[in-house]
Amino acid sequence: MEDIKYNNEVFEKSELETNSENEENVNKIKINRFLTHKPLKYGKKFYFGEFMAENVIRIIALFSICSILAIFYYVFQEATYAFKSPKVEKVKAETTEPENTGGELKQETYGASSSESESSGELVQETYGSPSKKETDGELVQETYGKTSTKESGGELKQETYGKTTTTSDGGELVQETYGTTKPKENPGPVVEMSSTEGESEQMSNSEENANSEKPIDFVKIMMPNDYVDNKPTYVWQPISEVPKYSFIPLFIGALKVTLIGLLFAAPLAILAAIFTVAFAPKWLKEIIKPAIEILAGFPSVVIGFFCLMTLATLVQSVFDTTFRLNSFVGGLGMAMAVIPIIYTITEDALSAVPNYMRFASLALGASRWQTAWKVLLPAAAPGVFAALILGFGRAFGETMIALMATGNAALVSGNIFESVRTMAATIGAEMAEVEFRSIHYGVLFLIGAVLFAVTFSLNALAEFYVRKKLMKKFQGQ
Amino acid sequence: MAYIILILLIVVIVAVYFFKKKLSLTQNKKINERFFVSLTGLSAVFIIVFIGYLLLHIFLLGKGSLSWEFLTTPPKDGLTGGGIFPAIVGTSLLVMIMSIIGVPIGTITAIYLVEYAKENSIITKSIRFAVNTLAGVPSIVFGLFGLGFFIGVVGKQMDVVEANNRISKMERVFEQQGSPFADDGKATGTEIQQLLEKNDKEYWLKQTEKIKILTEIYGAGNPIPKAGAMKFFKERIQPNWGQPSLIWAALTMALLTLPVVIVSVEEAIKTIPRDLREASLALGATKFMTILRVVLPGALPGILTGTILTIGRGAGEVAPILFTGVAYYLPDLPKAATSQFMHLGYHIYVLATQSTNVDLTKSLQYATTFVLLALTFVLNFTAVMIRSKIRRRVGNNN
Amino acid sequence: MKSNIKISTQELNLFYGAKQALTNITLDILENQVTAFIGPSGCGKSTFIRTLNRMNDLIDGVKITGKVIIDGIDIYDKNIDVVQLRKRIGMVFQKSNPFPKSIYDNVAYGPRVNGITDKNKLDEIVEQSLKRAAIWEETKDRLKSSALGFSGGQQQRVCIARCLAVNPDVILMDEPASALDPISTSKIEELVHELKEHYTIVIVTHNMQQAARISDYTAFFYLGELIEYDKTKKIFTNPSNKKTEEYVTGRFG
Repeated sequence: MEDIKYNNEVFEKSELETNSENEENVNKIKINRFLTHKPLKYGKKFYFGEFMAENVIRIIALFSICSILAIFYYVFQEATYAFKSPKVEKVKAETTEPENTGGELKQETYGASSSESESSGELVQETYGSPSKKETDGELVQETYGKTSTKESGGELKQETYGKTTTTSDGGELVQETYGTTKPKENPGPVVEMSSTEGESEQMSNSEENANSEKPIDFVKIMMPNDYVDNKPTYVWQPISEVPKYSFIPLFIGALKVTLIGLLFAAPLAILAAIFTVAFAPKWLKEIIKPAIEILAGFPSVVIGFFCLMTLATLVQSVFDTTFRLNSFVGGLGMAMAVIPIIYTITEDALSAVPNYMRFASLALGASRWQTAWKVLLPAAAPGVFAALILGFGRAFGETMIALMATGNAALVSGNIFESVRTMAATIGAEMAEVEFRSIHYGVLFLIGAVLFAVTFSLNALAEFYVRKKLMKKFQGQ
Repeated sequence: MAYIILILLIVVIVAVYFFKKKLSLTQNKKINERFFVSLTGLSAVFIIVFIGYLLLHIFLLGKGSLSWEFLTTPPKDGLTGGGIFPAIVGTSLLVMIMSIIGVPIGTITAIYLVEYAKENSIITKSIRFAVNTLAGVPSIVFGLFGLGFFIGVVGKQMDVVEANNRISKMERVFEQQGSPFADDGKATGTEIQQLLEKNDKEYWLKQTEKIKILTEIYGAGNPIPKAGAMKFFKERIQPNWGQPSLIWAALTMALLTLPVVIVSVEEAIKTIPRDLREASLALGATKFMTILRVVLPGALPGILTGTILTIGRGAGEVAPILFTGVAYYLPDLPKAATSQFMHLGYHIYVLATQSTNVDLTKSLQYATTFVLLALTFVLNFTAVMIRSKIRRRVGNNN
Repeated sequence: MKSNIKISTQELNLFYGAKQALTNITLDILENQVTAFIGPSGCGKSTFIRTLNRMNDLIDGVKITGKVIIDGIDIYDKNIDVVQLRKRIGMVFQKSNPFPKSIYDNVAYGPRVNGITDKNKLDEIVEQSLKRAAIWEETKDRLKSSALGFSGGQQQRVCIARCLAVNPDVILMDEPASALDPISTSKIEELVHELKEHYTIVIVTHNMQQAARISDYTAFFYLGELIEYDKTKKIFTNPSNKKTEEYVTGRFG
């Protein structure tokens, strides 16, 4: 019996002898030829592949934790350069080296990569070629932004002071070179036609040399007024100047202003729309609204920023007759567009998670649909709505491209919502490409990043733990 | 004008308030109902109409510049003309590398979360929290991380290794048989050039310019001491990895989009019935076999959706690549992982804010924006199509 | 043919967390016989059948004490390889659960995960398994089409074929016909009858007629306890326990 069970050869033979004509039985026997099992016994088999796969999966799954820790570590680590006097990595211009041409400079640099940079350099020469054009660069920009209103000159001036770093493209190209560890003191290059940009870059490197000799910042400094305008202490963010001034206050207020304006528009719209989808809309309409708003979520923020910059800003200016074409109000509207899908989706989820019996009970008591939505649905989903607002706030607070394109980027401190502002994220976006690697300015920008990270991190944690707990309590009655 | 609107609004509110006071409770209730249903409805409709307007607006203003040529030629005349071909290529390369790196990691993490991890264990909770945090961290912070870690630490380290290799190789070349340095430790510039060209041609050929400078330092025709030449070259080793480039930007993006993949794959895996897993295990399959043959095929639509959503996100995000590899103009397409690249989103930004003449390029800008938007749309649409197709294949008549 | 004891459980207790689902189950299942488990729903019969191939291991918080001995081996011993065990103890589930693959891939799944890659061998195994499960005629022209395209009864027989392809000794069937129409049910019943020649079959059913028709032995479970276990004929005609009598005569359940 045991043999027949476990040894197929025997099994086959004995069966064949008895039912050789019965085709079905022959078939039945055949099947056993392939898969045979040894008698069950104690002892575990070691599955090497299984073991490896499981551990590999386990390790890779830890990747997200590691990356968060790495982001945490490196952003804060790099931020410490704001508190250190930078190592003067400059290689003293070799006395034996008589000439340091423009081309040379490029090759030594950090930002530009070998042949491409050379050719791109050439191209820049070609396209923005004539020095006269370059000189008018700033003016041209001014013209395009400026012509909508003459009153803008004040704001425009501000823009210009930063303009050197942000708006003139040639400047940008050259400034990248200052990443280089070796920095030539002077460029008496034979490249004549580049003189004007050269001048600019010289100015840049001068100011950055100042930055090198400058003292590192500390926590008190970035919070205190650091300049006097009309004998009043003011907060100034002016990283590229004789004495660089890094005050976080204007940036923080700027970011807060834009974010709050954004939320002010986005929150009612999104929450009302979510209530409509959950409580009132017929099914077919739901199936249009939800994906449509998800489409808005898919809009790249640069597209929204572009729309604000080109269309919305003009519209706002003509309606409110503002001094600055680009201001925190326009930026706020842009933020609203970016934040609406987030608030909508989370609110919608929270509202539809409210158990149906609550709704039916309310309706059965004779409440209207609106009363049900307002007095039953919304309170029940309140923690979810709160989470939506928090996450929306976090998103708008850290949004870069919209702020960069639509807020005007002037670091002013004022309560006027129609004045230009510069947000924290936009500051990083605008200035990081142009700072020297591990200089104080670099460190300060990382410090801003660290603050952004800390703020969004705590908002997330709040949404995650506090709100979830509350929701659980509400629905499970614990 | 703004004030007029404001005053009108206040008047209306006050009027409504007094009007309502006079009505009975039921009437009031009815009016309330109507008012609020239409208010909420209007908000929803407003958002949708606005989206439609945005799309149409961008299309109409950009349509003048849209053409096949626009898509297939590089920009010219200082970004005031030509097309956006390099930006399209750069964006595609970026998202390709990004998804090749990010999607497998995201998929495996999702598999771990659903199949292996014990719900409520500390590890699972931390992974979930990490993923949520990754999703919530502003994209610019990812850019900082890319700069500080990938470029500043990893890239620089790789450069140091590479530079050491080059230097030691050069040393070997200088000391080898028949080297002009062999007899007296000195050589002329031409000799050095010949020597370098003979060995490792492609790299040192680019150094011709430098050899000229070297010669000039010591004066034409004068012999150059070996130590001096070595020092000179040592100081001029080009950074290769430790600078913004395609690979670092893609890695940064992969990190940024990781949560998107994890969430959609996890969702898909969760929809696979427990029955199927049990059936597989009951047939003597090991856990990993079950995952490989039952779970993973079932999660395929989720993986695809995740990938496509990731690509859509990656194509649109600009902030993280601002200083990790994007360039505003490159005449050549990226050749290597260490090349810089152009990007559609960044191109829009550059055209709109850095251009010398914004009005001249207005239609170009709108066209570029439209291309980016259309790309995002097509991606989403394909995602839906592929998903439904796979479902049909798997579900057949079901 | 003299029947050996194939499976024997001793003092088996099963807990879901703090709740006890099975209490002191001791019974012997004989080789090449059909053993049916009957009882009202929630009585633990499905839970019990799942302990026989350690399927309950997959559920968090399940604790088992006692012994389950198959071919003289305690399958809850620390040294038992569950994968090897499950190859020996096939299982057919309540809801037909073919993989969302073709019929062929479904049946070939088991051999494949057991390392058979030869196309000819696989073809043969698939054909023989389908023939044994009496569904070859219906599927031979549509082997490459999705198993989900077939009717519930056909799907269930494909699942049986899939189970047979691994060549188990024991087949556990957890209410295999509960979701099927009468014709499909009778086909499955016929199949069980044919299969018992080569396999030990354990079947859970809530249908007493079915148990009476197809099984040789019947065990009656009530509230997690084994009330009575005997020859089917005896259980249905002359039960020794009053509870059993009440149940088989339809007074509760």
